[in-house]
Amino acid sequence: MHYHSEQLVKEITIRALQSRIDVLRMIKNNQTGHLGGAFSIAEVLAALYFHHLRIDPKRPDWPDRDRLLFSKGHACAMLYSMLAHRGFFDPRELMTFRSFNSMLQGHPDPSKTPGVEIAAGPLGHGIAIGTGMALSLRMRSAKPSSRSAPSSRASAARVYVILGDGEINAGVVWEGIMAAAKFRLGNLTAILDYNGIQQTGATADVMPTEPIGAKWEAFGWHVQEIHGHNVAEVLDALDRADEVHARPSVIIARTVKGKGVSFMEYDHRWHGAPPNDQQFAQGMEELQREVAAWQK
Amino acid sequence: MAEMKSMREAYGAALVALGKANEKVVALSADVSNSDYSWMFEAAFPERFYNVGIAEQSLVDVAVGFAYTGHIPFANTFSFLFATRALEMVRTHLCYGKANVKLMGAYAGLSDSFDGPTHNSISDVSILRSLPGMTIVVPSDPIAVARLLPKIADWDGPVFCRLNRNEVPVLFDESYAPEIGKAMVHRQGRDLTIICAGLMVSRSLEAAEKLASQGISARILEMHTIKPLDRQAVLAAAEETGAVVTAEEHTVLGGLGGAVAEVTAAERPVPVIRVGIDDRFAESGPYDAILEAYGMGISHVVAAAHAALKAKETS
Repeated sequence: MHYHSEQLVKEITIRALQSRIDVLRMIKNNQTGHLGGAFSIAEVLAALYFHHLRIDPKRPDWPDRDRLLFSKGHACAMLYSMLAHRGFFDPRELMTFRSFNSMLQGHPDPSKTPGVEIAAGPLGHGIAIGTGMALSLRMRSAKPSSRSAPSSRASAARVYVILGDGEINAGVVWEGIMAAAKFRLGNLTAILDYNGIQQTGATADVMPTEPIGAKWEAFGWHVQEIHGHNVAEVLDALDRADEVHARPSVIIARTVKGKGVSFMEYDHRWHGAPPNDQQFAQGMEELQREVAAWQK
Repeated sequence: MAEMKSMREAYGAALVALGKANEKVVALSADVSNSDYSWMFEAAFPERFYNVGIAEQSLVDVAVGFAYTGHIPFANTFSFLFATRALEMVRTHLCYGKANVKLMGAYAGLSDSFDGPTHNSISDVSILRSLPGMTIVVPSDPIAVARLLPKIADWDGPVFCRLNRNEVPVLFDESYAPEIGKAMVHRQGRDLTIICAGLMVSRSLEAAEKLASQGISARILEMHTIKPLDRQAVLAAAEETGAVVTAEEHTVLGGLGGAVAEVTAAERPVPVIRVGIDDRFAESGPYDAILEAYGMGISHVVAAAHAALKAKETS
């Protein structure tokens, strides 16, 4: 078992909760956006941006940064909240989400938002793009020297791909999964937000995905299955994935769609619906109560 | 008769030369490298060549990853697959996401003639031309391939390059120095202009000879870059010759002919007669016979020139 301090776990948990509050406000404000899949990925994103990733918000183009590819682009309100609080841009921008002239598009745009690595929205691209990035980083040399061996020219940067469980219905995901295994990409980690719900219902009904771990294993990936809202488990799994060599790694994060607001949990109708005044008030109350409990 | 040389061999050799000159260049393949001749790059630079299998969507997305990380990826497969199966990847990441990926479309037009309509690529230009940010280049001979490839590598943004499969007439000598976005006058003329691309350049030049023997002076304007279109060259042709024929190995809907007609209709209306395949699929058969049967013979260019002149006289 890896060790992460209780203080770190607490800070990341609170960050996830506060970003849920941001997202609820952002989507209430313009009455548009995707709540359910944003809430399910909060702890994973907070653990990555506030502990695990080697990034520098002052240098979003730093060539040796770790890359986080947010493939489930519809849930980007949560990504934007993390990026803003990590220092990539002013958190006051968050309330412009989906407004005309905003730097925060309805789905991520790498040319408008610092810290966003790829456009996403049409689902399924992250693994294959991440495969290209991981290959490129492995062979790349920022400043080649005639004396350096090929291995010393590789970047130490790693690639992380976050994808949804509905997303894996798409065939290109499996094309990418096969390619990443073929090229033995130890510098690629996928995190599957396995919340069990997609736009019109349960993934088990729409397009069954089980046995999910065995599938990835059979495709040649290292597999971990964790509780995706338990920050200590998320941090441990990310560390373990970094230690896997010569094959890509997937963390199947068991999560709850709509996590944190009682009436949104497990309900596909909150995939893309905005809250009304009463729902907003109740959601805020529940989330703020949870923050207060952790802050004690 | 001009010397005939293989376009795909020229492409393979040009890609190797580019790989030597530019270490950022990598080549990706969807397992047709012995068809498109990217195998030559694989033989020269095995550590910079990646075969992703028969998976064209993954091919484009993997290339996007390379592009965002500072490499210049040349993705290789059949032309129609970029424009159809992998189209959403091209739109979302190359055009909207500005990924600097070069799509090398093999077997374009009807040049994979024996494999038939499933392998023909007659709609690629019109499909890809409608995407904001896309650049489309169509070399007309083996020297043009060699000269344009480094320009494509240096071009800041995604490029779709349409490549013929077969032996084609050599048109240029080693002094040829094309620029992306700049049309080239092969032959001056007064009475009309034939705006052409790819294999139809050599055929248009032969048509111009025939027309000259009939007392008709045809300008031959090669449009090797279909997007961004050289609007000034099109408008000068319309202004100075008063009639236009377009000739391309592609559907007459929305390709070079469409692009030229959009410009003339808006800014300098003149008759525009389009040579290409009509709105239909072809069939299997020998290349020359298929081109002749589906409207892309030299006689079709000559007939279109007469039609354009007649329309000019009666307008």
